[in-house]
Amino acid sequence: MKLGAAGMASSAWGGCFSSPKPIPGKILGASVKVGHLLRSGSFPIPEEIGEKSVVIVGGGIAGLSAGWKLQKAGFTDFTLLELENEVGGNSQSGGNDYSAYPWGAHYLPIPNPESAYVRELLEDLHLIEGYDSNHLPIYDEYSLCHPPQDRLFIHGRWQDGIEPKSSLSAEDKLQFERFWKIVDRFKKAKGSDGKRAFAIPLVLSSRDQRFLALDKMSAAQFLSAEQLNSKYLIWYLNYCCKDDYGATIETVSAWAAIHYFASRIGVGANAGPQSVLTWPEGNGHLVEALRAKISPHIHTGSLVYSIDSQPDFSHVDFFDLATQRSFRIRAQNVIFAAPRFIAQQTIPKLPRIQGGKYSPWMIANITLKQLPAEIMDSFSWDNVIYESESLGYVVATHQRLDRLLRGTVLTYYCPLVDPDISKSRKMLLERTHEEWVDLILKDLQRPHPSIRQYIENIDLWRWGHGMIIPTPGYIWGETQQDRLRTFQKIHFAHSDMSGISIFEEAQYHGVQAAESILRNLKTTHHTQNAYEFPI
Amino acid sequence: MQFLLLASAFVVATCGLIYELIAGTLASYLLGDSVTQFSTIIGVYLFSMGIGAYLSRFFNRNLIRVFIQVEFLIGIIGGSLGAVLFLLFPWIEHFRVALYALVSIVGIFVGLEIPLLLRILQDRFEFKELVSKVLTFDYIGALVASLLFPLVLVPQIGLIRTGFLFGAFNVFVALLSLYIFKKELKWVVSLKVTGFFCLTALIAGFFLSEKITSYAEQSQYPSRIIYSKSTPYQRIVVTENHQDYRLFLNSNLQFSSKDEYRYHEALVHPAVSGVKSPCHALVLGGGDGMAVRELLKWESIEKITLVDLDPEMTQLFSSKNILRELNQNALLSPKLQIINADAFTWLKSNQSSFDIVVLDFPDPSNYSLSKLFTTSFFKILYERLTPGGAIAIQCTSPLVARKSFWCIDATLKSVGFMTTPYHAYVPSFGEWGFIIASHQPFQIVKPFCPNLRFVSEKSFASMLQFPDDMSSIPVKINTLNNHCLVQYFESEWSEYSH
Ligand SMILES: Cc1cc2nc3c(=O)[nH]c(=O)nc-3n(C[C@H](O)[C@H](O)[C@H](O)COP(=O)(O)OP(=O)(O)OC[C@H]3O[C@@H](n4cnc5c(N)ncnc54)[C@H](O)[C@@H]3O)c2cc1C
Repeated sequence: MKLGAAGMASSAWGGCFSSPKPIPGKILGASVKVGHLLRSGSFPIPEEIGEKSVVIVGGGIAGLSAGWKLQKAGFTDFTLLELENEVGGNSQSGGNDYSAYPWGAHYLPIPNPESAYVRELLEDLHLIEGYDSNHLPIYDEYSLCHPPQDRLFIHGRWQDGIEPKSSLSAEDKLQFERFWKIVDRFKKAKGSDGKRAFAIPLVLSSRDQRFLALDKMSAAQFLSAEQLNSKYLIWYLNYCCKDDYGATIETVSAWAAIHYFASRIGVGANAGPQSVLTWPEGNGHLVEALRAKISPHIHTGSLVYSIDSQPDFSHVDFFDLATQRSFRIRAQNVIFAAPRFIAQQTIPKLPRIQGGKYSPWMIANITLKQLPAEIMDSFSWDNVIYESESLGYVVATHQRLDRLLRGTVLTYYCPLVDPDISKSRKMLLERTHEEWVDLILKDLQRPHPSIRQYIENIDLWRWGHGMIIPTPGYIWGETQQDRLRTFQKIHFAHSDMSGISIFEEAQYHGVQAAESILRNLKTTHHTQNAYEFPI
Repeated sequence: MQFLLLASAFVVATCGLIYELIAGTLASYLLGDSVTQFSTIIGVYLFSMGIGAYLSRFFNRNLIRVFIQVEFLIGIIGGSLGAVLFLLFPWIEHFRVALYALVSIVGIFVGLEIPLLLRILQDRFEFKELVSKVLTFDYIGALVASLLFPLVLVPQIGLIRTGFLFGAFNVFVALLSLYIFKKELKWVVSLKVTGFFCLTALIAGFFLSEKITSYAEQSQYPSRIIYSKSTPYQRIVVTENHQDYRLFLNSNLQFSSKDEYRYHEALVHPAVSGVKSPCHALVLGGGDGMAVRELLKWESIEKITLVDLDPEMTQLFSSKNILRELNQNALLSPKLQIINADAFTWLKSNQSSFDIVVLDFPDPSNYSLSKLFTTSFFKILYERLTPGGAIAIQCTSPLVARKSFWCIDATLKSVGFMTTPYHAYVPSFGEWGFIIASHQPFQIVKPFCPNLRFVSEKSFASMLQFPDDMSSIPVKINTLNNHCLVQYFESEWSEYSH
């Protein structure tokens, strides 16, 4: 095991020099084997197990939200099939003796007024406790991120907030000011159709060509047209695009990059525009709440490998990983809530459309044994390192209320942003645990020279297709309508449909699909024939 | 004689490196982050040596005399460097400035040494041989220093003593040169006197260094430390000065035995006098047992629960004689149950209700304390209080930290409490603030305990008056997600202490 020079020096001077033992840990991740299985297409002949009004394919936020909406409407004749052993998809979480921690999505920003479904869900979960006299939601204080929220390690020291503040020249500062002015203009901008330029969910955004034109260029092109080139500003914007889309400003469309800044206007009675909702397990908290509401309908370990679509029903074939048997459900409606590229693989009759690009991600959960109080007390929730390949780490125990004497877990985020995505993906899969640990240590030892001696374990998660990337032309291009269109009785619901991978988009499409089915069912009243699920 | 001169080069080099190592080690020890400290110290030191070497060209006469004087100065400044830094650390705010300034000064003088020595010796050796010999001894000296320092000096002699010892070596080299060159020098006597003076000072430093180290910790406290312990949560220090016992947590005064009765009587008794027949009392914080002592004066209170984070605190105040005398064995009372837990999580998970609650937490100077003054915490307290009950809260100084005080008041009100703010004068603290929180408007319903030294119905009435300089002002409400109290508190107290 190689050790960064800094780490070596510090332990030598610390006087407790001992040859470092390798750091233990596992590599986890969405089952690569299952993906291969899907492509190979060799499955046992399915056994027919009856009929369902609605089959939901995929138990990420979109699929779970569809289930939540159906269940809330008193509708019970549905089944959710998820291939992994746990639901949650990109919002999954894990845990150990010290804390629960996220494996992907870790926060939800304060929702906009137009994000009505998100607010409805938060009310259901008592995360919105009520409304004040100005109709502003009152959020659950335990879930609002406690200060200090974020900090940046830059030029050898920590500063508050992620936007670089120290050693900026007058010109750098001016450029930041200009950038924020542009954002502010877009925040308030409305199109000729009277809609906000950038809304969440993004289908509510204005279709005014003035704004949509921004989707035809990259964020980098937009910035150079605006003559914004301060190295600090560019670093900051790259950081933000990597954080939300797993890609750099060269790869992401200008519309998407501006959406990140200009769309969010949500505030609460007790929450400002920068506030976020977070939990030790990240959005795994919301996953669990949704799961609990519809758990009898959920079947995990179920790989949907083929959907034979007919004008008024579909045959959904799935492989049960536990029993190694295949089953077929005759579904009156399907909500397809798995990624779009899976739809192309599993629904042979679905007209081909140009697919999107997905960014690979590596997430590490770093378990630390008891830390010196100075380090512990200085953590912010989100800790970012300037000019690092990674996005830094969030501290799982940040929201805890008791004085912490035990260890903690840092969740470390690293999107692989090489423009050649297949190269990145290959790197993601080829690097060994030891190589990843080496890179993580080198990065973290910059702000924390002595961190190695506190690390107990590092588990890694590889997301081969982590997030859809809103490349120029993806969000508002030709395929946009095709992505949203219902195919026969198959409704699509996944954050891929928007082209922006965030909780709000996933949830919106899930709920929309459920509502449109509920509307149809009301008009053509079907008798619900209940049946026992055989597995 | 040649040998003696070369030996001087060796000693001088050893001393030079030792000072650099002392500064580096001490800076890492005091400031942490050893990599940064060592690299910056080494960098500054070497650079200053360069300056010294450059400056050497400006000395053209009396080179031997200059060399001797430089050695004296290095001996004194370098030798006492460790001790001076150690003593300065608790006192000055910009410690790094002093650190690098001192390191630069020593570096500049050390940088002068070798060029001066070379020039002094240039007529006595062939140039080729001179450079080779002096530099060889110089580098050997460096090696010896870097091996001796971690292996022998620091573990055997200690950091500060090592400084004085090597300072003495520098002076010794000066005196040796004085002896060798006495014929070529003027004013030998005055140099000799200076030399012996320096030597005595350094030897004295060497023998007193233990005292210096303990003074450095002691100097943070005005009086004698009789107990000190670092627990995982805090540093507990008890001092004594003419029968005045003081408790410090993380260097913040918690009480002085001379006047703590004022504080604790004012904290506890008004609230209890407003509750008809309190039965079950809860004390949060207050591991010193003083608030419990006051509660025990009320017969009707049958059961007291004390929740303090730090087991060492409650242990200390229930075992050490002097401290048990102070709290009159309160922590040993059969009515008392002691729980060592975090007050927030304990209260959240415990469903019992209480007639009296006393919040005796340290001031809200950081997030983990400020959370105990938030809407979320007060909401839970509201539920745990019996209908006629009262909560007494220590709320820092309304005079020094006016916004902080009224912020706590506003936060209590925002969750539905009625509040009764009052204040009392506690000499060792100054003007101090308290708030009683209750479901209904608060009223004194029964006489105060007899035998109290400070509070009475009459004096309490006057405590309710807030003069203009500490009366209510508009403030924000403290919540888990804004902790505005920490900001108020920090800015108000830092303004006050400047
Ligand atoms: C590292 C990372 C960090 C993120 N951080 C945030 C964040 O902080 N905040 C935020 O709002 N968003 C974040 N996101 C975005 C995140 O993708 C969305 O919030 C949301 O979880 C997307 O949900 P989804 O339902 O659209 O998709 P997915 O999570 O992709 O769900 C699809 C589900 O379908 C299942 N599935 C796939 N194929 C099949 C099949 N053939 N048969 C059955 N089931 C199948 C999958 O296993 C998966 O469970 C992050 C994403 C990543 C990768």
